[in-house]
Formats: sequence, structure tokens, C-alpha cells
Amino acid sequence: MTAAAIRLSPIDNVAVCCRRLTPGETITVEGYGLTVTEPVDLGHKVAVVPLKAGDKILKYGMPIGSATRDVPAGGWVHIHNMQSDYISVHTRDATGAVE
Amino acid sequence: MKDLPINAWLRPDGRKGIRDAIVVVYLVECAHHVARRIVDRIDDPRVQLIGFPGCYPNDYALAMMKALTTHPNVGGVVLMSLGCESFNREALASNANAHGRPVETVVIQQAGGTGPAIAAGIAAVERVRAEADARAMRVPMAISELVIGTICGGSDGTSGITGNPAVGRAFDTLIDAGATCVFEETGEMIGCEGHMASRAATPEIATALIASVQKAEAYYRAMGYGSFSPGNAEGGLSSQEEKSAGAYAKSGSRLINGVIDPAQPVPGPGLYLLDVVPPGDPKFGFPNIVDNAEIGELVASGAHINLFVTGRGSVVGSAISPVVKICANPDTYRRMADDMDVDAGRILEGRGTLDEVGEEIVDLIAAVAGGAQTKSEALGHCEFILTYKASTPSRPLVCA
Repeated sequence: MTAAAIRLSPIDNVAVCCRRLTPGETITVEGYGLTVTEPVDLGHKVAVVPLKAGDKILKYGMPIGSATRDVPAGGWVHIHNMQSDYISVHTRDATGAVE
Repeated sequence: MKDLPINAWLRPDGRKGIRDAIVVVYLVECAHHVARRIVDRIDDPRVQLIGFPGCYPNDYALAMMKALTTHPNVGGVVLMSLGCESFNREALASNANAHGRPVETVVIQQAGGTGPAIAAGIAAVERVRAEADARAMRVPMAISELVIGTICGGSDGTSGITGNPAVGRAFDTLIDAGATCVFEETGEMIGCEGHMASRAATPEIATALIASVQKAEAYYRAMGYGSFSPGNAEGGLSSQEEKSAGAYAKSGSRLINGVIDPAQPVPGPGLYLLDVVPPGDPKFGFPNIVDNAEIGELVASGAHINLFVTGRGSVVGSAISPVVKICANPDTYRRMADDMDVDAGRILEGRGTLDEVGEEIVDLIAAVAGGAQTKSEALGHCEFILTYKASTPSRPLVCA
């Protein structure tokens, strides 16, 4: 059977979806039983444990940013509820001309 | 892991190769056509075309060519010069000679133009190939003696979760077996420098790793390079460091034993970062303009085989050292299976695990080292590109 999501390192608190997850479905990720709370697409991240605002998001066994609000287990983790800890110097000019 | 002995070529400098290429080297674009015609007429997959297009001298290009023409997978060298370019053909020839390679040089202006130079070049290749065969010493080689490089290109959202970590598992296995592994592209490690430093074998290496990423950050900023696109977010990536982590996953989990510069032979064994970004302000453009420029640098550092992870579907191979293509995306694999050596995207479909794909990559490395053709070799891919770059001035080797 195709796994719904994979965790890339044993310390990760998110897993990567192998297919689109639909709200209400129950999946198992390495022993964690999760009820999916919202749609999560292939390649996107789902929380395997409840996350608190400020928690480091761990993927590949390393922090990839921090939660900006609480996320339940089974929730979608993306730019609406996490942000980079890295002070990016590569951001685009947000004051650019209107297209 | 099957550690079958590889029937290698022993070079006079003690290094061992898994192929026995004869390289025909054009030393300026003006000699490119003549060199290509020679390679086409000979029509032997072992006789391969490499070259440098510029007329102005470049220390980096000379150092790269010295490393490439004495690579353990190279048995002989034919240099094709127009005659008036700046490239120091005498230094290149004497270096290859000193490393025990048969070398001949054809100067087109002295040979009498295109036709005579092609005829002279063909005769030179035939003599060099025969001499390389006469000097060939075949010896057993263990997996622990291999140098393996890795890059990713044509990446998509799957690269960082299937192909790249599978290569990381393969690297861990190879390093535990005593082999040498090289990863590169510091511009795609921005945000990973802290984690990378925690894997450094010594404090000096940790400092060098962080400095290499800071240099890349400054360089790309000056180039106006934006490295996080809306498409990345659509594919599920949420931050710069997450994108970088996908590329960084290729390096596996073992200690990092050192930082090397382009054209610097990897001291080995263990894991090394190839610091591809030149020092100072951008001078000649992007550090490497395309994947094959990066592959060329891995080869120059001594890589016998290159592991290339692709999601979108790159088709390239390389002169001198075979390229093993690891396809991260299962849809791409189905569309381009003839170009792909490993179907890593099957992990997403429950048809394999990272460990299984990692083992498959290690077994494939052993087979390719033993002479099995990669898909790109079978299709005749033999890409090569070398362009101008600023040299890193005499930095001491940073390694454990």
C-alpha cells in the first residue's frame, strides 16, 4: 500500500505527503495516527504532532523555520503558519510596480 | 553492499581509474571544429571531446585542464591548438607527460589548416590510444578506493524528498566502507550552514564551511539571483532553508572531513564539500553556468562516477566520468525511463524505501565501476563545458 506521507528523519515533527490528503481521513505515519484536518497536496507538509507557535519545524532532521501559530496534528504546515528563521537577503522588492 | 573487485587501470601516479578515456582537447573555440571532426571520424566512445573556448588566459581553466587530463579515468591526451591562443599548451602537455600519460599536440596553423590538422589529429589519437593500451596496467580496485560526486539539477518538489536523501543514504554507506564522497553548490546550502558546521570533523572545517556559504550568499546577492520562487511554494516548500535542505540532503549524515576548491584533488577518504563559488566580487558571471560545468568540477576533483538527481528530467552525461541519473519524480521516470538509471520516485508510490533506493544506488555504483554502462553512456552523452572563473588564490587545504 502506498504510504500517505513519509517522515524523513526520526526527529521530524512534519511529514511529506506522497499524495493529496483529504480532510477527515485517518493516516498512520510511523506509528503516529493522524486525522487530517484540511487538504494537503503532494510534496506539502503535514504536522505529525501538535505544534505551538514558535516551535521549530523539523524536516530532514533540521530546522526549516518556526511555526507562527498553533497547528494541530494532521494540519497543513506551510507559509500561512510557519516562516523562515533565516534572514533572507533574497526577498523580492515588495514595493515593486503594479503589473 | 557487494564489494566485488573492480578491474581498474593503475596510473603511474598510483591512482586507479574505472574507464580509460582518450581525451581530445581543443584549447580555444577556433580549434573546436577540427577537434570535434577528429572525434566524430574516430567514432570510439572511449575517445572524448573536451575543451576551453576562450582566447585569453585563465589560471582556473589551466588548473582544471591539468586535473582533467591526469584524471585516473584518462589514459591518453591529444591537444588541439589553433596556434595563436593564450592557453599554455606546453604546460598542459608536460604536466600530463609527467603523470605518465601519452600526449600529442597538433597545432592547426603549423599543420597546414583544417584538412591536414584533422588528418594529423586522427593519426595522433590512434598513436596515443595504442600507447595507452601498451602502458595499461589492470589491477583490482575496491569500493573504498572510489571517489563519488553528486549534484542535482532540473529539480522539483520531489528531488528533496526522494532522490536527494536516497543519495545521502548511499553516501553514508560508501563513507562507512572507506570511500570518498564529494558534494557541492554552496549557493543551495544557504540556511544549512549551521547544521553543516555541526557535522565538521574539526573546528577549522566548521569555520571554512560557514565561510563558504556566506561567500556564496554574498556572490549570489551581487548577481541579483533570487533563489526562492513562487513555484517552490506551490510545490510545498515553505522557506529558503527548506529548499536548501532538499539539496543538502544529498550529503547524507556523516562527518564532513574538509572543504576543497575547484581543480583541487580531493584528499579522501570521507566526505568533502567542493566550494564552487570564487572569492571576491563576481568577475566572470555565475559560478557555474549549467549542470555540466559543476559535473566537470567534480570530475576535476577526482570523481570516478557522478550521481545526478533530477526531478524535471535532465538527460546529460559527462566526458571522462560516467553520470548515474537518479530520477526523483515517478511521473518523469515513466516519461523518460530510457534516460534514467534509478527510479527513486517510486518511494512516493510505496514501491520502495529510502534505504532500498540508497542500496540500489550503491550496487549500481559497483556495477558501473566494474564496467557496466550508465544510461547516458549507452545513449552517447559525453557533455563537457568549461568557462572562465576566478581562481581561489593558494588557499591551504582544509581537511581533517
